[in-house]
Amino acid sequence: MTAIEFLQIDFPAMLAAGLAGVICGLLGNLLVLRRQSLMGDAIAHAVLPGIVISFLLTGALGATTVLLGATVSAIVAVVLIEGVRRFGVVEPGASMGVVFTLMFAIGIVLVSVFGADNVHLEPEHILFGQLENIVWLDASGWSDVLSVERLLTLPSEVLLLGGVLVMTVGFITVLSKELKVTSFDPSFASAAGLPVMVIHFALMIMVAIATISAFTSVGSILVIGLLVCPAATARLLTDRYQWQMRLSALFGLLASLGGYTLGSLVPLYLQLDFSLSASGMIAVFAGLMVVVAALVSLRRRNQVIYEFNPDQAGQ
Amino acid sequence: MLDISTVFNAIGYNTRVVFMGVTLLGVAAGVVGTFTFLRRRSLLSDALSHATLPGICVAFLLGNAVGLNARSLPVLLSGAALFGVIGLMSVQWLNRQTRLNEDASIAVVLSGYFGLGVVLLTLVQTVSTGNQAGLESFIMGQTAAMSAGEALAIAVLAFVAILITVLLFKELMLYSFDPDFAQGQGWSVDRLDYVVAGLTVFVTVIGLQSVGLILIVALLIIPPVSARFWTDTLSHLVVISGGIGGLSALTGALLSSQIVNMPTGAIIVCCAGFLFVVSLLFAPRRGVIGVLLRRATSQQKLLQTRQLIALLKPTAPSRLTPRQQRVMAALASRGLVKNHQLTPAGVEMATQARDNLRLWEEYLFEPTGQLPENCQWGVDDIHQMLPEDSVRLLSGRLKKRMAEESVS
Repeated sequence: MTAIEFLQIDFPAMLAAGLAGVICGLLGNLLVLRRQSLMGDAIAHAVLPGIVISFLLTGALGATTVLLGATVSAIVAVVLIEGVRRFGVVEPGASMGVVFTLMFAIGIVLVSVFGADNVHLEPEHILFGQLENIVWLDASGWSDVLSVERLLTLPSEVLLLGGVLVMTVGFITVLSKELKVTSFDPSFASAAGLPVMVIHFALMIMVAIATISAFTSVGSILVIGLLVCPAATARLLTDRYQWQMRLSALFGLLASLGGYTLGSLVPLYLQLDFSLSASGMIAVFAGLMVVVAALVSLRRRNQVIYEFNPDQAGQ
Repeated sequence: MLDISTVFNAIGYNTRVVFMGVTLLGVAAGVVGTFTFLRRRSLLSDALSHATLPGICVAFLLGNAVGLNARSLPVLLSGAALFGVIGLMSVQWLNRQTRLNEDASIAVVLSGYFGLGVVLLTLVQTVSTGNQAGLESFIMGQTAAMSAGEALAIAVLAFVAILITVLLFKELMLYSFDPDFAQGQGWSVDRLDYVVAGLTVFVTVIGLQSVGLILIVALLIIPPVSARFWTDTLSHLVVISGGIGGLSALTGALLSSQIVNMPTGAIIVCCAGFLFVVSLLFAPRRGVIGVLLRRATSQQKLLQTRQLIALLKPTAPSRLTPRQQRVMAALASRGLVKNHQLTPAGVEMATQARDNLRLWEEYLFEPTGQLPENCQWGVDDIHQMLPEDSVRLLSGRLKKRMAEESVS
């Protein structure tokens, strides 16, 4: 494998996965802290009908079409989940389960009815991502990476992810205080006059945008791994919000790069005649990080209990 | 609209057996799902179903390695069941041993195992040359390729799942509503949790082939949520939920056999979703329309009663708001009001309402006063809502209080 090959094939894919990892790592924190981890799952499934409908209307699977259709779909899903929960008086988990499975099923039906003669619209690509298809054929050498002009010739998926990363960081910094308060103490936040529901919806829209921009790289189902696993790993290792954010973004990046390396580069290096699904490997890598962090935190917790257990201190 | 009987006559024995298997599967999913729903753990089944994918792949790879016919269903499904259980234990471990909440544990397990499944699928593709096509069909489900023998097996297994639930009904009922009491009665809540989760894995595995692993979770969640709108009684809930599950599975299978290129799982879920929307809107007890109607009538009753009582006083409000005008019009049409004055019938009605309201106000002093179900305070006739002796007590106290007030 030459440097040019790496630049043309692996570099853009790793860049896309890495960006997706950081975006999801940042937003996933808020989901984990709010005990809404499965909202990422719900949105990831629920965007399907929006993508299909916007594809049917415009006839192309361009980045803007997908983004628009999927965002509308995600907003519909969030409103429906809230509506079913309120009007149907059911618990949030069940209401989520009803809405996202149903929307996903409608998406599948639409794909099968209208997409049969259309090779561009395959459910597998939407579900599992097509990281391997992101290539940067314009790349000519390492100097390209340093030139802004040349970087703009990167595939649109990567540029989109870059834009979403800027948006995400902006969202988290501008609304930092509000997000923190509504996550840790929603009753206090609403008593203090913060628009809790508006912030909830804004966060959900951001999660939807992140999910959609990441689904080209890791697929709509595996994106939940990037949303939750880095945040859960960070949650197991720190108690501080700032560190939680930093660690989680770092772990998101690590999971993406590590997963891609294990899935695509290692088989190539070992000269095996097959490669493994990179997006699947990213999810596995992210899951393993949680397991390792859980084991570390168990050890730490046991030590702490042994040394400082206040219940036993007085005996 | 398809004519069901002609469709039934047109289809052969094989298809009929398949329909029966899928229907029983739907019933079993509805019945088992009721208990995960009542325990508020509906989304646990999402993680368990996704966790079966690596199991299928591992079973295929192992079967291939030892030279078995690796496509054989029992081999694949036992792999799926094993990984479903492993997934369940992983969720429990993360949830209990670490500080992660249940939602995060479920999401981690779901994505980790599903990712592993996707990775193994690419491995399966390279190991087997061209005959792996069957494995992806477990993700979306397909009944077209199902043989009568397989369908029969599904029917039997689904029946077993229903039977287990029926036999354990008393224990499950208690544990759903009052886990502490169940624990006190000596039934381990942990063990019952495992039984329900185990049944969920069981239903997921037998549904893999027809509904697929992504959408089987819908059959476990949507029927109980829909059934909840119709009833408050657990035994009815289980029956209705099973009925909704079975009906949507049967309709979905019928539709997918009639329409080319229609994935069975998705269309079954759409049928279940249709029944959900119907329940959400039209169920008389808890449906949205029923609730809104009841709320509107009770509000109307309250407004009219208040207006009647207000009219008893000599100085009627000079200017009426639009809402008050509507209330007056309604009262006039009942013959209680004429030209903004009470008719004799109106006076009698208003006096009754006032006395009734006074008794209700007296009831507020009752320290343990708890309203009976579906009773509108201050509006409904207190004599019909409360036992006669407590009303007599209230009216005695009311007379005493009024006498004291008139003295001072």
